[in-house]
Amino acid sequence: MIRQVESLQHDIVIVGGGGAGLRAAIAAAEANPSLDIAVVSKVYPMRSHTVAAEGGMAGVIKENDSFERHIYDTISGSDWLADQDAVELFVKEAPDELIQLEHWGCPWSREPDGSVAVRPFGGMQVQRTWFAADKTGFHVLHALFQTSMKLTSVKRYDEWFALDLLVDAGRCQGVAAVEQRSGDVKAILGKAVIICSGGGGRVFPFTTNAAIKTGDGMAIAYRAGVALKDMEFVQYHPTGLPGTGILITEATRGEGGIMVNRHGRRYLQDYDLGAALDISDPKHPQNRTMELGPRDRLSQAFVMEAQAGNVFEGRHGTYVHLDIRHLGEKIIDSKLPFVRELAQNYAGIDPVKEPIPVRPVVHYMMGGIDTDIAAATDLPGLYAAGECACVSINGANRLGSNSLTELLVFGYHAGRNAAVFAGDSGFSDIGSLEAQAARSETRVRDLLSNSSGGTERIATIRDAMTKTMEEGAGIYRDAKALRATCDNLLELRERFSNVNLDDSSLAFNTELTLALELDFMLDVAQTVAFSALARKESRGSHQRTDHPERDDGQYLKHSLAFRADGEPRIEYKDVTITKWPPAERIYGS
Amino acid sequence: MAADQAVERSGDSVRAASGGVAPAESITLEVYRYDPSTGEESFQSYDVEFEDDWVVLDALNHIKDTIDGTLSYRWSCRMGVCGSCGMMVSGYPKLTCSAFLRDYLPGPIRVEPLLNFEVERDLIIDFDGFLEKLESVKPWIIRDQDKPIEDGEYLQTPAQLASYKNYTMCINCMLCYAACPVFGHNPDFLGPAALALAHRYNLDSRDEGREQRLKVILSNDGIWDCTFVGECSIVCPKGVDPAGAIQQSKVTGAMEYYKSFLAPWKSRK
Repeated sequence: MIRQVESLQHDIVIVGGGGAGLRAAIAAAEANPSLDIAVVSKVYPMRSHTVAAEGGMAGVIKENDSFERHIYDTISGSDWLADQDAVELFVKEAPDELIQLEHWGCPWSREPDGSVAVRPFGGMQVQRTWFAADKTGFHVLHALFQTSMKLTSVKRYDEWFALDLLVDAGRCQGVAAVEQRSGDVKAILGKAVIICSGGGGRVFPFTTNAAIKTGDGMAIAYRAGVALKDMEFVQYHPTGLPGTGILITEATRGEGGIMVNRHGRRYLQDYDLGAALDISDPKHPQNRTMELGPRDRLSQAFVMEAQAGNVFEGRHGTYVHLDIRHLGEKIIDSKLPFVRELAQNYAGIDPVKEPIPVRPVVHYMMGGIDTDIAAATDLPGLYAAGECACVSINGANRLGSNSLTELLVFGYHAGRNAAVFAGDSGFSDIGSLEAQAARSETRVRDLLSNSSGGTERIATIRDAMTKTMEEGAGIYRDAKALRATCDNLLELRERFSNVNLDDSSLAFNTELTLALELDFMLDVAQTVAFSALARKESRGSHQRTDHPERDDGQYLKHSLAFRADGEPRIEYKDVTITKWPPAERIYGS
Repeated sequence: MAADQAVERSGDSVRAASGGVAPAESITLEVYRYDPSTGEESFQSYDVEFEDDWVVLDALNHIKDTIDGTLSYRWSCRMGVCGSCGMMVSGYPKLTCSAFLRDYLPGPIRVEPLLNFEVERDLIIDFDGFLEKLESVKPWIIRDQDKPIEDGEYLQTPAQLASYKNYTMCINCMLCYAACPVFGHNPDFLGPAALALAHRYNLDSRDEGREQRLKVILSNDGIWDCTFVGECSIVCPKGVDPAGAIQQSKVTGAMEYYKSFLAPWKSRK
């Protein structure tokens, strides 16, 4: 007899309880109140990494702005790799989503007349970033979580870790998941599944990303045969604290902060980002100029400065200064209070009195689960939204404050469309789904019992993975270093089969969680490195020193990484270009 | 078992038998261990060499990665905003991501699960009860009639925002519950964070749900239980001041109570 595990049946299963997952849950519940919706999250939803977003959320609302301008900023920011139909939909729906969040209680910062305030952000030609001081993500997440509590049709599976998608009759119909509290594996079935599990910045050693950002949802989709798209595009945020990698928001520069090298020079003026206006000039800061250039260009400028010896040397490596002293204590405390708190706690300096030491840090994955404009994947019944997904609106470089908005716009579409799909579908063969979940359970039990007899420690493999990712797949890349990283990752995959856990118990075995996360990260890391090796051009965040030019003839295409024996198989598909033909990215007015 | 026995457990500590003088860069952590499969509890000592900028959470991660993979605890953002890593650090509720080892020299540092909660395993507490309490105070905007999206945002002046903003800053880290003696005695007490969040929505100019929340916060396990010890506000890592929220609610609650006798028609919205 085929072993099965117990199944729990719902109409929709959402993996991940951050901004996208909660938005999807609310949208699905509102679209069809009779649906039974499960939110499966490896942490309590308010712990999700949306909580750490700081600067704000872009949406056209002011009279001096237009959809056309936001679309152009996003497409040029993406180095023309974004799908233009998706960007157009995103920009046009963004304001309604932000207003909806306002109606749900998000404490947006306000103008004196009570209307919502906006601030400048990098790569945007107009001020359009809504903000809640500098804890925007925190407030967005808690507003969504608390609002979701009023929905009686949403059942939460808090601290359940998703292991695999369950697919039968060509449709995705649930996930196998382990309840961390008990160690029990169950099949959580849904007629539609939405993955909203976030990115995987933890494949790198130095990242703003929380511990939970291990690419789980990307990996389970990849293992089910869904492509991961544009994985070579990894965003380095230019201003992280050395050592910890804690994010110092771009809003510091939106409010007028400047970047200075060890000679006191505002070095960005040397990198085609325009002229440095004096900080006392009323026109400072200028949009799409200098400190308000896009993140990829600013992080690349840092590397050049470091090579020229123009940066500071500290115990945690090289850094430059982010100076916000001229804003004054009052502005800093009202608009950037978290920055002050973080700098004081983790860098030991008060930014009212001293500049903040910063360096580029892995922040965001532009790539992810290949979805279309409806947030649907090629696997019927499977949807994805948020950082784990790639629609794509971000292309080769995401603009700051577009990602929180993306959670809402595409979380909404995922929820609505999954509701329609679930309403029209039934389960094909529950026994078959339960049998699949039993195979997932076996994988867990084998890890717990060390069935391989191996001796590798989790942390050793994980450290080797992050090290090789930084060496080969960092800000600047070339074929030789990437090939070495790819080879190392293949070897680490082998070594992982010999991983040995100290802990064989069932209840809250957090070492088991670390092992499962590492297993997923090794897949995600491979897709990043192999996709980067295959793309022989430089575009946005993907800079190849051996192929320094953008090559629209060959690579105005999305990469698609499919799981295969050994190395991933890399294919390509065309970018959707509608009204904005590829052109040169120009910053600096 | 209840973690409020943790203080009494101190005598069970298994101290490291190092004997020698530890260098300044080394400290001993005495960590509470609880195995739910056997019910066994103990303290386990780990000597950790550390850098000047390490926090208690860094030490726990170091132990987990290199010394003992069985140690279990929660953490995520390591920047004081996700609320996962609250523990008792040498008897005081702290976010371990912002408790610096250097501040506890020469040690040892005692690391225990948050007081007043049931323990699931090691440093992991069960706080599902809090989520039920939070839900019971209806922490969402309640309107008699929703405003259509196409009519745009509600206007809210900076002064109106300031009246409740501080109470929005709660990260649900549970430090205030670990510090609250009332919750320690009565696990059904709604507690500082849930009451502060109820107050947050009551004060929000967009909200019309105060009447509905009053029923809960004026109930037996609501605000009147609070004896205004004020420890919740002292330990809050985000400066939320739940004690202040509860006191303000008491004033409003008392007025509502008397108004319902004096002018019953006015207490209806």
